[in-house]
Amino acid sequence: MDWGQILSNTAAYLISPETIAYALAALGLALHFGYTGLLNFGQAGFMAIGAYGYAISILSFGAPWWVGILVGIVGSVIFAFILGIPTLRLRADYLAIVTIAAAEIVRLLFTTQAFDEYTNSADGLGNYHAGFRAANPIPEGTYGFGPWVYNETQWWVRIFGILLVVVAALIVWALMRSPWGRVIKGIREDEDAVRALGKNVFAYKMQSLVIGGVFGALGGVVLALPSAVVPSVYVTSLTFFLYTILLLGGAATVFGPIVGSVIFWVIMAFLSNALPQMVNAGLLPFMTTTQSQVLRFILVGVALMLIVIFRPQGIFGNKKELTFVK
Amino acid sequence: MSSNVLPTGRPVKTTGLHSGEIAPGVAKVDPIIVADNITRTFGGLHAVDVAHLEIPRGAITALIGPNGAGKTTLFNLLTGFDKPNTGTWTFDGKSISGMSAFKVARLGQIRTFQLTKALGLLTVLDNMKLGAKGQRGEGLFSSLFPALWRKQDQELEARAQELLVKFKLDAKSADYAASLSGGQRKLLEMARALMSDPTLVMLDEPMAGVNPALTQSLLDHILDLKKEGMTVLFVEHDMAMVSHIADWVIVMAEGKIVAEGPPEIVMKNPAVIDAYLGAHLDVDLGVVTGRVNEKGEQL
Repeated sequence: MDWGQILSNTAAYLISPETIAYALAALGLALHFGYTGLLNFGQAGFMAIGAYGYAISILSFGAPWWVGILVGIVGSVIFAFILGIPTLRLRADYLAIVTIAAAEIVRLLFTTQAFDEYTNSADGLGNYHAGFRAANPIPEGTYGFGPWVYNETQWWVRIFGILLVVVAALIVWALMRSPWGRVIKGIREDEDAVRALGKNVFAYKMQSLVIGGVFGALGGVVLALPSAVVPSVYVTSLTFFLYTILLLGGAATVFGPIVGSVIFWVIMAFLSNALPQMVNAGLLPFMTTTQSQVLRFILVGVALMLIVIFRPQGIFGNKKELTFVK
Repeated sequence: MSSNVLPTGRPVKTTGLHSGEIAPGVAKVDPIIVADNITRTFGGLHAVDVAHLEIPRGAITALIGPNGAGKTTLFNLLTGFDKPNTGTWTFDGKSISGMSAFKVARLGQIRTFQLTKALGLLTVLDNMKLGAKGQRGEGLFSSLFPALWRKQDQELEARAQELLVKFKLDAKSADYAASLSGGQRKLLEMARALMSDPTLVMLDEPMAGVNPALTQSLLDHILDLKKEGMTVLFVEHDMAMVSHIADWVIVMAEGKIVAEGPPEIVMKNPAVIDAYLGAHLDVDLGVVTGRVNEKGEQL
């Protein structure tokens, strides 16, 4: 087994665009689920809207790259309103059902032949990079050390993504230390009690849904920045990976989703590199290399269960909270 | 019975609240809530069917009645947590029929819940601060700029600490509300309601599940509300407490108001004794409300 290659491939995921994109989307989910108690199972839909909004504005309408990002944001805001207006008055579990269905509808709309002209249906979108790359301030060349050697474009994607994560984390932190955050956390605990204190619970839940959704869309944009928009990425299991990340790091924390995403992707990368080599080395005689790739997801599922059972507050969650988990 | 913990000194009762002969729906000299023709049905069940009701201002009014009499449903309707089938009502002269719960609360009509709603994973202090109205930092954009709300927040904190001292919860202010005992949560819920400077405080079974030692302090706090000029409407089952602190008692059974009046008079009302005090446990409640006669035949 080539441990050098395994570790190097694993280390690359510390700052991969996937890691950054998932961290952004999980931050949005932290706002939804961790702080507001909104059981949003449709974060993949928000990400798809971000990615497609970005790519379609550039490819079909010739918009500059930053307008593409704005279109993705506006699209996710509209999606949040469409989701929220009928469901936020209902109980939390209804929101879960509606969001999971809505995200699938979004994905199917993007993959259907009907809009092939814009979405390229199941083949996805690519070749929209010129604008973003032209805006790159980094001179041509390769930079970095060890496993983190990238050219100027790869660095530009990563730096831009990390900046977005920093801004999003700052916003979540600033919101949650404020009286606004107090109302939001109160709604998570018992929305009727908050309503009885004269707060417009519906408006607060909508604001939370919109902001978290925008973070999801930005995650979709970052995922689309390096290569292409692949429709099969934005499936329901993406949302569940985000929940794994969120619960791993701590649902009601600012750093939890970020560190959770790093750990998640590092472990995924390690397993996807190490498992096939272990099979080839005869260490796992009962499976093939293809099967070992599926084993990754089984292990993720087991990890999610173990976290929820033994450390429901996650890595960064307050220990005191654990005492009172309902 | 917890009547043995009641103090010997009787609280000062407010009298002269009604005008005209005492009867269900009697007019009040200065009503804070006037409700007309409120009905709420759940399927075929008439949970609330109130023809006319006035709640006197500046007094403590108790709403009593057997389980299922519609007291909590009436509470929910008056506070906007439920929508009636028919009916109109005013609070402080303003029509608030059909108004949503948070707007009702903003007008100064604050309620608590039968099942206490302390916000478990917020600290006791945060629970208190959440109760205050008109906070600048509760806007989405202003919340991002602490300069806009920090001073107000500090003032609220000082006020919250004051109230917590009064309710003997100050030692707990940094703890999660989930760590409080049942009785302390009731105290916290009441204290939190006071953060908004309400004009009418509606308490849904404030004594339920509270031990006798805390009951006394809760009773004193309710009496204090009146002293500070607030109006109190509360649901309670313990008759000793009702007659101890209430200035006016409204009795409900099967959704209707069957009697009202000052406690000493209401307690002698045969309808109340039948419906509530259990003197004739075997009598159908319908007899009291006039739905059936004593033989159980529909009237």
